[in-house]
Amino acid sequence: MSGKGESSGRTDRSSAHWLSALESEAIEIIREGAVTAARPVMLYSMGKDSSVLLHLARKAFWPARPPFPLLHIDTTWQFREMIAFRNRMVVEAGVELLVHVNREALEAGADPFADGSERYADVMITEALRQALDAGKYDIIFVGGRRDEEKSRAKERVFSFRDAAHQWDPKAQRPELWSLYNTRVQQGESLRVSPLSNWTEADVWRYIAAEGIPVVPLYFAKKRPVVEREGQWIMVDDERMPLQPGEEPRLLPVRFRTLGCYPLTAAVESGADTLEAILAETLATHDSERRGRLVDHDGDAAMERKKRRGYF
Amino acid sequence: MASGPAAVRPPLRFVLCGAVDDGKSTLLGRLLCDCRQVFADQMRKVEEDSRRWGTRGDQADLALLVDGLRDEREQGITIDVAYRSFETARRRFIVADAPGHEQYTRNMATGASNADLAVVVADARKGILPQTARHTRIAAMFGIRHVVLAVNKMDLVLWDRSTFEAVADGYRSLARDAGVEQLRIIPVSSLTGDNLTCRRESAAWYSGPTLIEHLETVDVESSIERESFRMPVQYVNRPSPDFRGYSGRITAGRVAVGDRVRLSPSGAETVVESIVVWQGARERAERGDSVTLTLASEVDVTRGDVIAEAFNPPGVTDQFQANLIWMSDRPLVVGRSYLLKIHSREVTATVTRIKYRLDVSRGSRLAGATLSLNDLGTVNIATNRPIPYAPFEQYPGLGSFIMIDPINNDTAGAGTVNFALRRASNIRWQDFHVTREARQELKLQRARCLWLTGLPASGKSTIADLLEKRLHAEGHHTYLLDGDNVRHGLNRDLGFTEADRVENIRRVAEVARLMVDAGLIVIVSFISPFQSERAFARGLFASGDFSEIFVDASIEVCAARDPKGLYARAMRGEIRNFTGIDSPYEQPANPDLHLDTEKLGPEECAELILRRLV
Ligand SMILES: Nc1nc2c(ncn2[C@@H]2O[C@H](COP(=O)(O)OP(=O)(O)O)[C@@H](O)[C@H]2O)c(=O)[nH]1
Repeated sequence: MSGKGESSGRTDRSSAHWLSALESEAIEIIREGAVTAARPVMLYSMGKDSSVLLHLARKAFWPARPPFPLLHIDTTWQFREMIAFRNRMVVEAGVELLVHVNREALEAGADPFADGSERYADVMITEALRQALDAGKYDIIFVGGRRDEEKSRAKERVFSFRDAAHQWDPKAQRPELWSLYNTRVQQGESLRVSPLSNWTEADVWRYIAAEGIPVVPLYFAKKRPVVEREGQWIMVDDERMPLQPGEEPRLLPVRFRTLGCYPLTAAVESGADTLEAILAETLATHDSERRGRLVDHDGDAAMERKKRRGYF
Repeated sequence: MASGPAAVRPPLRFVLCGAVDDGKSTLLGRLLCDCRQVFADQMRKVEEDSRRWGTRGDQADLALLVDGLRDEREQGITIDVAYRSFETARRRFIVADAPGHEQYTRNMATGASNADLAVVVADARKGILPQTARHTRIAAMFGIRHVVLAVNKMDLVLWDRSTFEAVADGYRSLARDAGVEQLRIIPVSSLTGDNLTCRRESAAWYSGPTLIEHLETVDVESSIERESFRMPVQYVNRPSPDFRGYSGRITAGRVAVGDRVRLSPSGAETVVESIVVWQGARERAERGDSVTLTLASEVDVTRGDVIAEAFNPPGVTDQFQANLIWMSDRPLVVGRSYLLKIHSREVTATVTRIKYRLDVSRGSRLAGATLSLNDLGTVNIATNRPIPYAPFEQYPGLGSFIMIDPINNDTAGAGTVNFALRRASNIRWQDFHVTREARQELKLQRARCLWLTGLPASGKSTIADLLEKRLHAEGHHTYLLDGDNVRHGLNRDLGFTEADRVENIRRVAEVARLMVDAGLIVIVSFISPFQSERAFARGLFASGDFSEIFVDASIEVCAARDPKGLYARAMRGEIRNFTGIDSPYEQPANPDLHLDTEKLGPEECAELILRRLV
């Protein structure tokens, strides 16, 4: 199957109109969450969706600053460029940044290479997130999820209810009608709010291009040291990465469609080193972006299971 | 740059519905596949899944492309609405794939609420099923004017024209009755893909468009020219003393700098000074835009007000007739308080009357004392405060609402306003000359409500009694409302079901409010175990008039005190729904005062209340 490429750039006017509708909807969602929350927070992972989200939050409250902090769940295994980018953006946006690391797990020796991706993600992401949310008592948590990412997410509400244990019950979702969001929760319960629900990966790139939003350079193709593992390209980002016998990092032109921890995020071979090229590649691609996330391959319905447990 | 083919239309949001097994998921999977919207890795996954869960032997079961939840694949049904984006060379689509099972009708309503068009799928062999009718009526109730009926599985009836015509005829009369304005009926086979994206040549008797052709070209936009400007205020943006902006999303019409506008419900009139957007300002904005307005004069504006064209502002009412769909397992209780959210305004509301319930398959009206899960009906609603509104038909953004159950915060109902039963201006709260201020002045005190909550035997009544004695001795005018005592009279008709508990609190809170208005210091001693009920009570009072006092003792201590022997009986199972034993007590998150009765004696507690709150 191929050939989505023919539609790229075909209708600039209708696409601009569409982006502005998506933007207005997202801003409405962010304002609604912020005004009804007792303790709002925005998860920030430095990915392209996070970058768009932060941009929208700044727009929503202009000339004021976003009335909530950003929360970064730091696994200590993110690409180094991501951390540099984060520190720069926080200053530019003038927002408060909270960083949480699951220290106990780290001290107990959690390691993406030794543990396997699922167990590691469970501890350093899901568990860490739960710790941070419990400590902060947040009732509205903005996240960058999109319905086109994955099938169970396609069913998730914009204001998605989590019980006191942060669990999602897909069978008992609150009906969500018009843009009348039910923002009420009791103590300990919370809502994951996804302003980008109706965006696609291509919309995100179009919007980044249209608005000139800064993104982490890893999204752009460049020669980077990679090794091949189980048919995927893994970048050697620092000396913590154990090489297997016979493994020799190669310099290849690669880029990332999603960003996370470098041992768990595969690169794709690509020459796309401009936004236009990335957009064209996105529209023509044959694989969904989640293919690059090793965590999602951990078994069937992996994503839904993680979300039931509180993964974001 | 070139603007592409002339026929490009704005994106279309449609809902896909119909009875279970009529082939919705297959139709959508096929549509996505034929529009080349399926990634290779997703397709590999479906082929794998098909071997495990599929209904088509070794063939890929395309329904699995869209049934995303584990339970859905295991049971082979669609539970919740799934949203999908896809595009063709001519248009972009967002489709809400709605579940067919009757028990998930509320999810169908969710999908319909944001759609401009409905594609209803029916099995050619089975024709119009009750669920087909139900979905059609819900779609119409939610303002969907355009409907496509896809008569599916035509391959199984060998593309027989008369079978198709019979289904089409049956549906036409249903659609007319339901109020569908634009109807298109297309024979299709989702299995083979015929008439979805490519024409079935051998069925030449059908000369209309394929499904995708119709979707690509249909015009669903309502004219913005005929609307007046309306923007509900979502958020008051006040970063500094010299900026005060009102943020919201424009639900109708256009606005430009210099336009005269009126605030609703206050009626104040002013001029739009500027339209603020990120790092700048605009001259004009229109329906769908999220903006921030500044106004020329200092007017009092809060969230939930509507800024509207000055010469044609929206109506204001506190009683209206509405169509309502019930979505909660707990049936609607007439007279009970719910939270009602309409545009950005939240009020307390009760259904005062159920005019009728709708038999959705026949369209006939039934008498009914309640609405249960998935019922549709027409009802009268009264709100505790006036709301700016519009009939849903005119302004969907000002005429749609949801109802939230204050007990568990579920979204229990959704409705559309038909018309106001009376204008709020006729029934303004009667202002009398002797005001509360005058009454409390005469008594030389400030009226207020002191609300004591806590487990049975935590010490509420003892403390309340001491407190009242002290206040009385100091010359204050007081009244004590005690849970047990009120149940002997005012609330004698109420039991201990959840609905009754809510009503119990509602009445006591209302009585307390009247007494505060009478100038009294009211002490309420009530277990009031639920956070939401206490929040409701607080909501009736002006801020500062209501204090929540948490009388705290552990369940073990309370059970040991047990002055009336109730814990002992509850533990023996002789009393049901006893708070602390088999019914929960939700501790106050932020009480105005927290009394630890394991450390403090009753006198000290009363003293603390006096010092801190009176
Ligand atoms: N022969 C034939 N079978 C179909 C057609 N469309 C759907 N089916 C089958 O009907 C069954 C129910 O379809 P499904 O899409 O799951 O229905 P849903 O419950 O409406 O989503 C499945 O076994 C499909 O393969 C069709 O056009 N022709």
